[in-house]
This record gives sequence, C-alpha cells and structure tokens, in this order.
Amino acid sequence: MSHEYEIIIGLEVHAELQTKSKIFCSCPNSFGQKPNTNVCPVCLGLPGSLPVFNESALDLALKAALALNCEISTFSRFDRKNYFYPDLPKAYQISQYDFPVARNGYLDVVKEGETIRRIRIDRLHLEEDAGKLQHDPSGSSSYVDFNRCGVPLMEIVSAPDLRSPEEARLYLESLKRILLYTGTSDCKMEEGSLRCDANISLRPVGSKEFGAKVEIKNMNSFKAVQKGLEYEVYRQEKLLREGERVYQETRRWFEEQGITLEMRGKEEEKDYRYFPEPDLPPLNITAERVRKIRELLPELPVQRASRYIEEYQLTPYQAEVITSSQGLADFFEETLKGYRDAQKVSNWLLGDVLKLVNEQGGEIGVLSFQPVHLAELLSLLDEGVISGRTAKEVLEETFQTGKAPREVVQAKGLVQISDEKSLLNVIDKVLAENKGAVEDYTSGNKKALAFLVGSTMKHTKGQANPQLVQQLLRQRLDG
Amino acid sequence: MSVSRKEVEYVASLARLDLLPEEKESITQQFNVILDYIQRLKELNLSGVEPTTHVQQLKNVFREDRSEEKGRELLPEVLEEAPDSARGLFKVPPVIEEES
Amino acid sequence: MDYYKMSAAEAAGALQNKEVTSQELTASVLRRIGEVEEEIQGFITLLDENETLLEAEKIDKARASGESLSLLAGVPMALKDNLCTRGIPTTCASKILRKYRPPYDAHVVEKLKETGTVLVGKANLDEFAMGSSTENSAYYTTRNPWDTTRVPGGSSGGSAALVAAGEVFFALGSDTGGSVRQPASLCGVVGLKPTYGLVSRYGLIAFASSLDQIGPLTRDIRDCALVMDVIAGHDPRDSTSVPREKENYTDYLGRDVKGLKVALPRDYFEEGINAEVKKVVMEAVRKCSGLGMEIEEVSMPYTSCALPAYYLVATAEASSNLARYDGVQYGYRAAEAKNLLSLYKKTRNEGFGPEVKRRIMLGTYSLSSGYYDAYYLQSLKARTLIREDFQKVFENYDFIVTPTSPTVAFKAGEKTDDPLTMYLSDICTITANLAGVPAISIPCGFVDGMPVGLQVLGRPFDEGRIFQFCYALESLLGVRNQLPEVNVKRGG
Repeated sequence: MSHEYEIIIGLEVHAELQTKSKIFCSCPNSFGQKPNTNVCPVCLGLPGSLPVFNESALDLALKAALALNCEISTFSRFDRKNYFYPDLPKAYQISQYDFPVARNGYLDVVKEGETIRRIRIDRLHLEEDAGKLQHDPSGSSSYVDFNRCGVPLMEIVSAPDLRSPEEARLYLESLKRILLYTGTSDCKMEEGSLRCDANISLRPVGSKEFGAKVEIKNMNSFKAVQKGLEYEVYRQEKLLREGERVYQETRRWFEEQGITLEMRGKEEEKDYRYFPEPDLPPLNITAERVRKIRELLPELPVQRASRYIEEYQLTPYQAEVITSSQGLADFFEETLKGYRDAQKVSNWLLGDVLKLVNEQGGEIGVLSFQPVHLAELLSLLDEGVISGRTAKEVLEETFQTGKAPREVVQAKGLVQISDEKSLLNVIDKVLAENKGAVEDYTSGNKKALAFLVGSTMKHTKGQANPQLVQQLLRQRLDG
Repeated sequence: MSVSRKEVEYVASLARLDLLPEEKESITQQFNVILDYIQRLKELNLSGVEPTTHVQQLKNVFREDRSEEKGRELLPEVLEEAPDSARGLFKVPPVIEEES
Repeated sequence: MDYYKMSAAEAAGALQNKEVTSQELTASVLRRIGEVEEEIQGFITLLDENETLLEAEKIDKARASGESLSLLAGVPMALKDNLCTRGIPTTCASKILRKYRPPYDAHVVEKLKETGTVLVGKANLDEFAMGSSTENSAYYTTRNPWDTTRVPGGSSGGSAALVAAGEVFFALGSDTGGSVRQPASLCGVVGLKPTYGLVSRYGLIAFASSLDQIGPLTRDIRDCALVMDVIAGHDPRDSTSVPREKENYTDYLGRDVKGLKVALPRDYFEEGINAEVKKVVMEAVRKCSGLGMEIEEVSMPYTSCALPAYYLVATAEASSNLARYDGVQYGYRAAEAKNLLSLYKKTRNEGFGPEVKRRIMLGTYSLSSGYYDAYYLQSLKARTLIREDFQKVFENYDFIVTPTSPTVAFKAGEKTDDPLTMYLSDICTITANLAGVPAISIPCGFVDGMPVGLQVLGRPFDEGRIFQFCYALESLLGVRNQLPEVNVKRGG
C-alpha cells in the first residue's frame, strides 16, 4: 500500500447487548419476529409513554468496558439525540453524549499470536436501537417495522489509531472475540447485532494534521470493512496524487460493485440538539457495582493465549487459534484435566477434532464429543491399546454417537494385540508360510522384514501393535 | 442580539416545519421580543453554578431484565391508528428518493 | 334535586349512606351539562350519555351487592384531554391528534378506574397544554363560568371550567408552568400541582417532561385531598416517580396550624401584579395570623429570572417531545406528500397551531449548535439558583404564599396577539415547576365579581401539610365550593 500517505482509521462499532428484554421496556430482545409484533407503547414511542432503564444492559456494557480496559464513569446519564427518520418513532434516540458509561480503554490487536498494536478506545456508551425500513422495489413506498426499536446497543468508538484496512479488520476480530468471551453480545453481523462504521483519512507521511475525514457505512462483514477501506485508500490517494481535494462526507459501500459512493441527504444536517434526557434520572456507578462485575469477568483471549505459551509451551499460533473461541479454549483446558500432554492435545484439537467440528457444522463443546473423550482417546494411544490409525476411526465414531472411546474400541474389537504369546503364535505361522522372505532376510535383504511385519498385521486385521511385531520378528529371525 | 430570517428558516428546517412566508415573518419578530426578554438571564453571574438537569435527587432507577410480550395483542389497535399501513407495516412515502 | 352542586366528598358521602345513587348523580351532571355546556364549551369529547349511565349503574349494582367500594366510587369526573384513555380520543386539543385513540390508559386513569369514578368526558385545553387561556385549542375556547366573555385560564381551562360550572364533581389537569393553578384561580376552584415525582406521568402526553405534573381541580380542599389519595404514589413505569410510602392526605384535614410559619416573598407582589388582586390576597394572608400562624416577608432574589429560564427549559423539551408527531405512526398526515421530507414538513405545519409552532421553534433554536451554551445551559443554571432560593426559605418557613395569577380572568382575545404578555400570566406559578415543589391555588375572594386565587407552596412532598393549612384557611375565608350562576345566553 501507500508509502507517501499515512492512513488514519477510526471505527465506530454498534453491538447489541444480550439482555432478555429491551433497554427501556419489557418487550423481548429477540430477532426474526413478525413485523410490529414485538412492540409496546414505550418502544413504539407512543405519546405519554416513558422509558425505564434495564439494569442488565448497564451491567453488560460495564462488563464489556472492563474487558476493554476502560475507565468506568462514576457519573453517567442519558441524552436525547434528535433527528427525524421513519425508523425512529420518537424522532429522538435515547443515547449518551457527554457522560458515557466508560472511556479511555484500549484493545490489543493480535495477528498470528503476536500483539501488533494497542488501539485506544475513546468511549463506550449505551443507546437504543432503531426500527427497520423496507423499500418497495418499485420505489413508490417504504415500510417500517418497529420490532428492533429499543434493543439495547453499546457503541464502542476507537481512537483514530488504526493505520491500515487490515488492522481495522484485525481490530474487529479481536473486539468480537472479547465480546463473545464476555457474553455481552452475540456479534452476528448477518443479523445486524454487530455493525461497523469507519472514519478514514489520509495525510502525507510526517504530517501532523489530519486530512478530511470520510465516513463509510454499510459494510456488512469484517471482510467488507477491509475491502471498503482498501477501496477508500485507493480513491483518496488517487485524488491527493492528482492534486484534488478529498471532501468530508459520508459514503456507502457497495459490496457487489466493490466501490463506495457518496450518500446524499444523510450529510444534510448533523445538528442533533443533544440535551439531558429528563425522563431518566442519572446513573451513579458505584465502585461496588464495578467490583462485582469485575469478578464475573472471564480470563480474556490475550491473557489466556500468553498463559498457554508460558504454561504449556504452545506456539503463539497454536495459542491464538485455540483462544480464538472461548468454547475451544475451554475444551482444551478441560481435556488437560484428564490428559497431561498439552502439545498432543493441541495437535489433535487443531487437527482432526476441528476438522470434524467443521464438517458437522456445530460448535465445539456443545456437540456430543466431550473433553473427557479426547483425553481418553489420547490415553488409549499412549497405552498402546490402539494405533494412531485406529484412533482416528474411534474419534469419528465418538463424534457420531457420543460413545466413549474405550467403549467404541471394545464394541468394535479394535483393541491392539499387545500380548506377546498370542502374537508369537501368529508370527510363527507367518514365518512358516513365507520361507522365501525369511531366506531373503537372512541373506541380508533387510527389506524383507517390512514384508513380514505387513503379513503379520494382515493376519491380525491390523490390531497388532506394529512396534511389538517388528521387535518379536527380529528376535525370532536374528536370535 | 437579534435573529435573522435566515436563522429562522434554518431552525424551521431542523424542526421539520414548512412555515409560510408570513409565519416566518411573525416568528422572526416574536423571537426577537422573546429573546430580548430572555437576555435577563445574561445579567446573572452563573459561572460556577451547576446546571439542574433533574430536579430530584433520584439516581439509578432500574427495571429488572424480565420480558413480557404485548405486541400481538396491541398490534390491531396500533395499526388502526396508522395513517397508512400494509401487511402489518407502517407505510410511508419513499425514503430512498430523499437520499439520492 | 341538583346533586351537581355538592362537592365530591359530599356526593361520595351521600352515595355511601345510600341517599343517592351514582346514576342519579350522573344524571344530575348530565342535565347540568345539557344546560350549560353549549355556553362553557369545556369538553372536547363528551362520552355517550347512555354508556356513562351504564358505568354508573355498574357501580350502583356493586354497591347494592355489598361490595366494598372506594370513597369516590360512582362520582362523575372529567380528564384533561392530554391524559391517555384507551379507545377514547385523546387529542391534546391539536389537529395533529384529532381522533387519536391511544391503545393504553394513563397511570392516573387506571387508578381512577380502579376506584370506580365515572368518566364523563375529556376536557379542553390549550393545544399540547401550551397556553394560559384555552384560546390555543385547535377546537374552541372554553368560557369562564363566572363571566363567559372571559377566558377560564389555561392550559387546563376546560377542566377548571367544568368543575366550576357544576358539569363534573372534579377533574384532572396537568401543570407545567401553572396550567392547573392559574385556571383554578381564574375559575374559583382548588387546583394542585403536586411535587414533581409524586404522581406518575405515565400516559400524560408530554409537554415539558422535567416540569409536567398531573394534578386535581376540585371544589374544595377535602376533594383535592381525596383525589390525591387516589392518584399519588409510586409507579415503576415512570422513572421519575418517587418510591415512598403512601400517605393518607385526608388525615391532615382539621389539624391545628398554630405556630406554622408562612413566608411572603415580596418579589411575587411586585412586577405586573394587579393592585386589587394584591389587596385581596393580602387580606387573606392577614387572616392567617388569626389562625396563630407566623407571617414574615422574605426575599427570593432569583424570581425575576424564572420566566426566561422557564421558557427555555419548557420549549427545549417540548421541541423534542413533539418531534414524534410526523404523520408516520398515528394522527394527522398531510395529503399528497411526494416524499418523506415533504410529508414531515407539511404534516407538522398543517397539524400544529401557531403557539405550538412558536414554542417548537424557540426550543429547537435554543438547543441548536452554537446556542446551547448561551441559552439552554444558562437556563439550567438559573434553575439551580431558583431551587436554592426555595431551599433557603424552607429552612425557616413551612409555606410560601403568593397570588396565583397577576390578574383575574381576562377577556377572550385580549392577549392572543402578544405572546410575551400571555407568558407573563404564568409569572407566579412557574417557579414551583422549576423547583419541583408542590403548590396549590385556592379561592380567596373576588375582584369585580371574578375569583382571585391564593397560591401556597410547600416543601417537596409536604402536600399533607399544605392541605392542613389550606383547609383551615378555606373555612376561615368561607370560600369553598362556590358555583357561579352561569349566564346562559344561547340555547339552554
């Protein structure tokens, strides 16, 4: 990318909070219902209705804020943000302006296990979501569904610290991981429970002043954020190179065409006339509340990954992949309770287990395959009860049926023959049947041994312990 | 301090009021009379005075996070009041048109 | 018999003693309405008479079957038309909400229904409660029962006139800057603005959320206490509703007032107060010493900045509260809007009257970028000084007494062309809203045959003792439940 210009990116992320009810009324916080059936006088903004603040929304926002290393405000309050739009039934959004619940945090952006940048977070505040508009394909009318009105949102605003579109994507991935870990948001971009707008400007390398800031909307996946920003870098750089001006404006990302276009109308006024919401008394967030929430905070992905590197000698890559999902990391640790070799657990988990999880399309930990199963399987391998190949077969069976590996091995007769006496019986039979090969071996063709091992394995239907077979054959032939 | 007609027009557009020319005229006039009276506030020394946003001492008024469905029961009464609706949705003139 | 002349308490007593039925009471007010309503024009919506009588019959049957009923069960009343009533038009006297039927009842409406009072109709007001005369109603101006060429005050002018004219036993109004007390004063009835947070605002269509309170308009103090016993109390649906133990206000009536201290703030007797009104109020005050009360003059120096602060706070909040009327979800929608922006602008311009538009404009202006600090923030700071004025006085005094309105009821049309003069009629009442304290207006005499009101303000949540004081004063002045002879010119 550019060497002449420095890229300055800041992200505004809206994440829906996973409460049971909406932020200011008791309608269920749910998705996908029939239009305008998940509403009440409050979220419809009917004349005379009043908001009452959902305590869980505060606690979840505080949990996310603590996980993002924010300072929690002692005093916080709601303000009205006034603007007209059909999806906003009161024509104002209850939001927070000068007293957000939290400020001054940061998030470490991680790439392949290495922390590459620390991105500051300016603020985290609470607000209510708006409804949804549908447009008639003929363009003659629009339609409003208010179901989503009043779903609790937190807005997380980063400082303009991101320096490339890739960093922006990595920041979002790290942020999503933290929100999922803390159980504050389900972060489903396809359902709109996580949304991202970006501000981007370019400036000549070495310059202290910021260039004109362009806001980009409608990027509906992490990849789209990166692609949209890449396009915008290209567009702005081209303008600047050609000596043209970049205008401060809002642009919309068009995924199919791969371009951004100016959004007219939206820019018109940004005079939101914020003022303190008189219907909601202010918040006094006590140290006691913060302490209680801090206690509920799980170990976060970055902390967890560095612990894995230190305690279990995992590589940064292994640690990052395992901690990328809380379920996977929990599975890993749970397995270690029954089986000690972290390296082996990691290899199996990231290899065959994840492959099967992906094939089944489920979520690890939720499937019938449990940590005890993996621990048992690895123990069976170590004990020499089964071979590596058999282990994969057992794994698949356990995945399908949920039966414990030991059970599978027994039921299917997959136990490896490690009993010397019975193996010697087979070996003697094999030697008698393959005089030619024996002669080859004694006359110095050592490759004949492999043939004899193979024949023995065939006789035992693969259940013999191959190391033991080889050892016993040598004894007979050399002895 | 006086308010110009242009400012009145800007405020009217913020408030989504399509004022008639004579309304703009009279409101500009009345604004100036009222704002003149409001200047009394400027005579006070208000530096260091905390603003009163809420007259009570109430803080932390919360609702327990419990959900209750009301929408299905409410919908017929709500839709009956709608100036225009279709398929359970509120119908409005095209929104896109304004943006492009 | 003319039962309508009784106070609500007397009517309730008669019901309990089975001297009268609710149907008879209702029939009596309906007859009275038939006689005078054409002249008074206090109702926007008068419910179907037969259905009203059926409601009364239900209560009578319940009583006959020995059910234990609340005191006010079976008493006919009216509600200001900015209180939501499920399925019954709630218009705010605005074209923009013509025929609007809310899908839910306001908290106070639920309370009155539980009590079993009989709703007769919805009372006229200034559009969205913005005004002091009901001349800003989109429908018609209510007339003062004492002189029908004069206004009843406002914005709860319909409620006050209906109570004064004997068309209902009591009514509810709302008070943002004096909208219960000023019409009560002009119509010669009792009107209370409770402490902010004592009565739930859930279902009151908001004008200025930090100032609005619902209050009763009644024929005497006992009635006022009775109604407050019904409507006061915590409601979890209003975050500004204060959780506190429920009081029994009627318990305060008849208690001795000896030794209680009254402050007379000279600042309320200066600017623009009519000399005759002042005289009547002062005479009444002098009589308080006969009750063994101490009366002293005090100063509340920030009173003069109350009106500008009030108009900035109230209009700013109103500009936001009234933004939702845009023709999308309910209410009026302008015809032939080709796109969304013109739908908004036309609907709002055609749907709102001039005073409402003026206030939306002022509020939008004072909140807009560049002016917030100069106007809105200043007004919030001035509000602090006004509150402190009150706190200081209440450290040493139990009550503050002032006139309610600077003049008696003025002629219709007299002030409509001059908004500022109209705003000045709220000069004595707005401070109580800015400070959040309770304030009541009670009749204290007449000037030129028109009633004069005296205002008593008290400490937050001290309504009980305000009743205690006013009950004593009311008996001393002999001014309770005075009904005018309505001079019926048309119809009747």
